[in-house]
Amino acid sequence: MGAIQNKLEGPVTDELALVQAAKKGDDSAFEELVRRYDRNVFRIAQHITQNREDAEDVVQEAFLKAYSNLAKFQEQSKFYTWLVRIAVNEALMKLRRKKPERTVSLDEDIKTEDDSLPREIADWSPNPEQQYTQAELREILSKTIQGLPPGFRTVFVLRDVEGLSTEETAAALELSVPAVKSRLLRARLQLRERLGRFFQRRENGDGERGDGDK
Amino acid sequence: MKCSEFLHELTNYLDGVLDDTTKVELENHLSWCHNCYVVCDTTKKTIEIYRDSQLYELPDDLRTRLRSAIMSKCQQHKKRGPESV
Repeated sequence: MGAIQNKLEGPVTDELALVQAAKKGDDSAFEELVRRYDRNVFRIAQHITQNREDAEDVVQEAFLKAYSNLAKFQEQSKFYTWLVRIAVNEALMKLRRKKPERTVSLDEDIKTEDDSLPREIADWSPNPEQQYTQAELREILSKTIQGLPPGFRTVFVLRDVEGLSTEETAAALELSVPAVKSRLLRARLQLRERLGRFFQRRENGDGERGDGDK
Repeated sequence: MKCSEFLHELTNYLDGVLDDTTKVELENHLSWCHNCYVVCDTTKKTIEIYRDSQLYELPDDLRTRLRSAIMSKCQQHKKRGPESV
């Protein structure tokens, strides 16, 4: 069993050249940056807000903020990390407006005792995702990640879905590296446990379809 | 290595950033502790399933609409000047 390989999207070598051209007023260079990262920002925004219209708003607001603050971007970090930080803040603001009764923060009280062993350790069927149609699987994954606190799912989506490094995630979320690692572990273990309801190996046969509520 | 120590190192192991000594100890633990093997294997699968899921893909028509809205807002911002946002 080896390490997870992260997928990287798009070359970053000429990112700085695009940023510098955009700073000088070349809107086509900025449009290229939009084209390069709009899918990622949309995915991150929808993971955090869990709402498509909100995610659309976040994409627009994040890029407009990036455009209007481009002069302030110091070029010490990657443009993408800076953009992600803006988008995460916009998405969390949306969430706060919708759920004012609950504090939505990346610093919310999150248990970090890493030595608490998972309760559910039943094995999964081989290729468990193939028990479901694409649409069913997406529904399961979406419902499952919705149950995680925003602070957990944000770290998970940046690290494991978008493939940012631990350091980049820490920079984008203004968290320490140990805080990112701790949240990532909890997020991964919680998702694993919740998905187990759908993917568990059944006693009367591997290929049998789970109904998810046992 | 105890189960609690395995869990503590799980994220570093899956991310491939463990030092060689700890990695050998962890893999030795996995070779005899079935529960930890299952936790490790299914956590890895969890990550892979989410990563490969194409959850929340941006449809092409919406993508075009959003990009055009973004660029038009940027143009308006440019005309009005930097104090407008």
